[in-house]
Amino acid sequence: MSDNILNVSRRGFLQGVVSTGALILSVRLVPEFLWAEETSPATYADRAILHPSAFVGIDTDGTVHLVAHRSEMGTSSRTSVPLILADELDADWKRVKLEQAIGDPRYGDQDTDGSHSVRSFYQPMREAGATARLMLTQAAAQKWGVPVSECHSDLHVIVHAPSKRKAGYGELAAAAAKLPVPKTEELQFKPKSAWRYIGKGATSYDLTDICTGKAGYGMDAHLQGMLYASVEHPPVLGGKVKSYDEKAPLQVKGVKQTIAIKPFTPPHQFQPLGGVAVIADNTWAAFQGRKKLNVAWDNGANASYNSDSYRKELQATARKPGKVARNIGDVDAAFAQGGRIVEADYYLPMLAHAPMEPPVALADFRDGKVTIWASTQNPQAVQETVAGELGIPKENVICHVPLLGGGFGRKSKPDYAAEAAILSKATGRPVKVVWSREDDIKFGYYHAVSAMYMKAALDAKGKPTAWLQRSVFPPIGSTFALNTTYGDGGDLGQGWTDLPFDIPNHRAENGPAENHVRIGWFRSVANIYHTFATQTFADELAHTSGRDSVEYLLDLIGPARIVDVKASAPDYDNYGESPSVYPLDTARVRRVVEIAAEKSGWGKRKMGKGAGMGIAVHRSFLTYVATVAEVEVNDQGDVKIPAVFTAVDAGLVVNPEATRSQFEGAAVFGTSIVRTGEITAKDGVIEQSNFDNYPVARINEAPYKTNVYIVDSDAPPAGVGEPGVPPFAPALCNAIFAATGKRIRELPLAKANASS
Amino acid sequence: MIPLKVNGEERSFDGDPDLPLLWYLRDVLGLTGTKFGCGMALCGACTVHRDGKAIRSCVTSMNKLSGAEITTIEAVSKNGLHPVQQKWIEYNVPQCGYCQSGQIMQAISLLKEKPKPSDEEIDGGMAGNICRCGTYQRIRAAIKAAAGENA
Repeated sequence: MSDNILNVSRRGFLQGVVSTGALILSVRLVPEFLWAEETSPATYADRAILHPSAFVGIDTDGTVHLVAHRSEMGTSSRTSVPLILADELDADWKRVKLEQAIGDPRYGDQDTDGSHSVRSFYQPMREAGATARLMLTQAAAQKWGVPVSECHSDLHVIVHAPSKRKAGYGELAAAAAKLPVPKTEELQFKPKSAWRYIGKGATSYDLTDICTGKAGYGMDAHLQGMLYASVEHPPVLGGKVKSYDEKAPLQVKGVKQTIAIKPFTPPHQFQPLGGVAVIADNTWAAFQGRKKLNVAWDNGANASYNSDSYRKELQATARKPGKVARNIGDVDAAFAQGGRIVEADYYLPMLAHAPMEPPVALADFRDGKVTIWASTQNPQAVQETVAGELGIPKENVICHVPLLGGGFGRKSKPDYAAEAAILSKATGRPVKVVWSREDDIKFGYYHAVSAMYMKAALDAKGKPTAWLQRSVFPPIGSTFALNTTYGDGGDLGQGWTDLPFDIPNHRAENGPAENHVRIGWFRSVANIYHTFATQTFADELAHTSGRDSVEYLLDLIGPARIVDVKASAPDYDNYGESPSVYPLDTARVRRVVEIAAEKSGWGKRKMGKGAGMGIAVHRSFLTYVATVAEVEVNDQGDVKIPAVFTAVDAGLVVNPEATRSQFEGAAVFGTSIVRTGEITAKDGVIEQSNFDNYPVARINEAPYKTNVYIVDSDAPPAGVGEPGVPPFAPALCNAIFAATGKRIRELPLAKANASS
Repeated sequence: MIPLKVNGEERSFDGDPDLPLLWYLRDVLGLTGTKFGCGMALCGACTVHRDGKAIRSCVTSMNKLSGAEITTIEAVSKNGLHPVQQKWIEYNVPQCGYCQSGQIMQAISLLKEKPKPSDEEIDGGMAGNICRCGTYQRIRAAIKAAAGENA
C-alpha cells in the first residue's frame, strides 16, 4: 500500500489544487487501481518477484497481485474473473490485491461486452493460477529435497504430506521465480471437489468502498491543474458547425475558452461527433458556457429523419419478402396447403442506455503521448480511436479504467474519450470531458428501432406446420460501414436464426433499413426485439389454439435434441463459439421452462381479477433463460409486477450471488423497456433529453421480487450479464394478456394502455 | 462569502453563488462520493444531507446554503460504518454502485423520519432515486433489515 501511495503522488494523480485552494484529499480517497507509473505500463503483478503471467504476481510477503483486465460496470467481472485464478492458485482471497489493467493487448480481449468475461477467460485464468501453483510446488520440493509428487498446495501454502512440513507462498516466491515457467501440458488443474471459490463466489472487491463513497469512478478522476470540458454536439448526425459565438461563453465565471471539434469522416465509427467544446475550471461552468454558444448548424441529410414516417417504412418493409437468413422445409408450400393462418406485426422503438454515470473521460496529453482515465468497456478501442484522432501510435495512448457507473454497451464506444484527448492536446492541460444527461440521451449509439412480421399455419391441434418471420432494423454494421442496411450473422443469430422450435417448415428473413442515427450494442442487443416477437407470437398461437402457454411452449420446443442451426442458417455464429462445445440443446431449453413454471406455481395458483402470469424462454449468449412474470392490472391499466421467476442455465457459474443480482437487474432493465423506453427523432433531432421524458423504472415500478433459480451445471460457462433481458419483456406482456385479454404488440406500454 | 459546514468542517464559499452544491462538493472540495446523474433532481445520485435531511445537491445553489450543515456519504458515519451501510454490504446491494451513495443517504434520511417503514413508505421515500442496474429489491431488503435494528 505504501508503494501505491508513493507512485500515485509521483504521478500527481488526485493531488489537484483548484481555484479556492481548499482541496484537501486524504490518501484514502486515492483509488488503488488508478495507480500509474509515469513511463511504464508495468503492474504490481509484473513487479512482484514471482510473475509467471501478466495476470499474477506474488511478493515475498505472500501478497498475491492479480490483474483485473475486464472493465467493472456492475457485473462483478472485476471480481469473478480473478477469483478463478485465485482458486486454481489456492490463494487466500483475503491476501489478494486486485489492480485494474490498462488497455494492453497482452491481456487478450478487453472489450467487456457480449457477456463473455468468464466464458472467454475461465481457462486462461485457470492456466495462470495452475502455473504459479506448480512453480511454488516445485520450489518447495527443491527446498525440502523431496519429489514434487509428494507436495501439494493448501490455502496459500505448499505442504509436504509425508513430513507435514509447510511453506508459505511468500516464502517460496523467490525460489519459484528462478524456475522455468512450465508448459501448459505440464499443468494439473484442481478437481471440482477442491474448488474454494468457483461456484461459491465472492462479494465485489469494491463493495465497502462503494458503500462509503470511496470507490473511484471515471467521473471521479482528477489531475492537478486539470480543466473541465462540455461539448455542444451537432443536433443531427453528420451536422456541421456553421458559426458560433466565441466570446459570449467567456462571460460565464470559470469559462476559459471554446474549441471547435471537427466533424467525423463517415462512417462515424467511434469518432467524436464534432461540435464546440467549452473549457472551464469546473464542470458546471462548462455546462453554463454552452448555453451562450449560439451555434448555427448545417444539419445535413439526416435532418429529414422522423420516427413516425420511419416506423411506417419499417413496417411496410417487414410485410415484403426479405433476405433469407434461415430456411427449413418450404413455408410457402405449407401455407398453400392451408390450415389456420395467424399473422402478427410487432414494433419496438429505439432505446438509450442511460447508465447512471454519463460518458466521461480525463485525458492528459504531453510530449506526443496521452494518458487517459475513461469510463470505458473497451480500453483497447480507446487506444485505437485516440491514436487515430491524434495521429500517434496506439502504444502512446495509455488508457486506465476506473470503475464504470454502468455501461450497458454505451461505454464500448469511446467517442467521449477521444474528445478528451483532442481537447487536452489543444489546451496543453489535462482535460476532463463530462457529458450531461442530456448529452447522453441525445447523442447515444441507440438500440435499433425494429419491426417484425410473423405468420404461422396451424394444424388441428394448433401446432405450426409452417412459421415465417421477418425482422427489419437499422443494423449496428451501419456504424462501421456506409450503406449497411441488412443485419449480419451476429445480429440475426441473436434470437432470429436460432429459434429452437420443432417446426417442419420455417423461414427467417431480414429486410433492409437505413440508419439516420448512430446504432450500437445495447444490453442483449438484437435478442430484445427478436425474442419479443417470437415469444409473444408463441403465446398468441397458444391462445388461438386454446392451449396452456407452458404446455404449448414445450410442444413447440419439441423433444430433447441438439439443433444444428448452421445447417439451415449458414451465417449463424453461435456467439463465436463452436457448436460442439456450446450446442443449442433443447433439453436445456425445456428444463428452464419447466423450472420457471414449477417455481412460479404455474397452473396451480388461482389468480385474482386483473392478475395473470406469462412465460417466455430464450437462449442468448449461450445461456438458457426462462422467465415467468406475474402481473396485477387495475381498471386504469396500471401494471404492478408482484413477482418474477427466472430459471437460468448458464453452464458452470463462478459467482452465484453476482449472477442472481444480474438477473434481478435484468428484470428491472426489462421493466424499463416495457413500461416507458422510447427514443424518437423529429427532423433528425432526438426528442428525449433526461429522465423526465425518458423515464426508467423506479423502485415502485420495478418487480417487487425477482426469484432466480440457477441450474446446477458442469457445462462450459456461458454469460450472465445480458441473457436475463430478452425473455423478460415478452413474459411480462404475455402476463398482461393473461390478466386483461389485451395483447401488447408494440412497446412501450406507456403508449398502449394495458387495461382491457 | 457564504459560510457553511461540510462534514463538520467550517467552510466559506466566495465563488459563483449560483453554483450547485454538487459541483462545490465534487470539483472544489474533491468529495467525489456524491455523484452527478441528471442535474435536474430526477435521479437522486447527488443526494446529501442538509441539517440531517436528504436534499438533491445538483439543484441546490450555494446561495441557499448560508449557515447550512451539509453531510455527504464520506462523513455519514463518524466511527466505522453506519448501520445502513452495514446492511447495504450484508445484502450485497450494489452492482455498478454509482447511485448507491445517493440511495444510502436517502435511506438514512427515510429511516430518521420513519423508523419502521412499510413497503409503501419505502416506495414513497426511495422513488426519487434511480438505480439503472436494478438493485431495488436488495435496497428494500437492506432498509427493512436496518429498520429491524431500529427497534
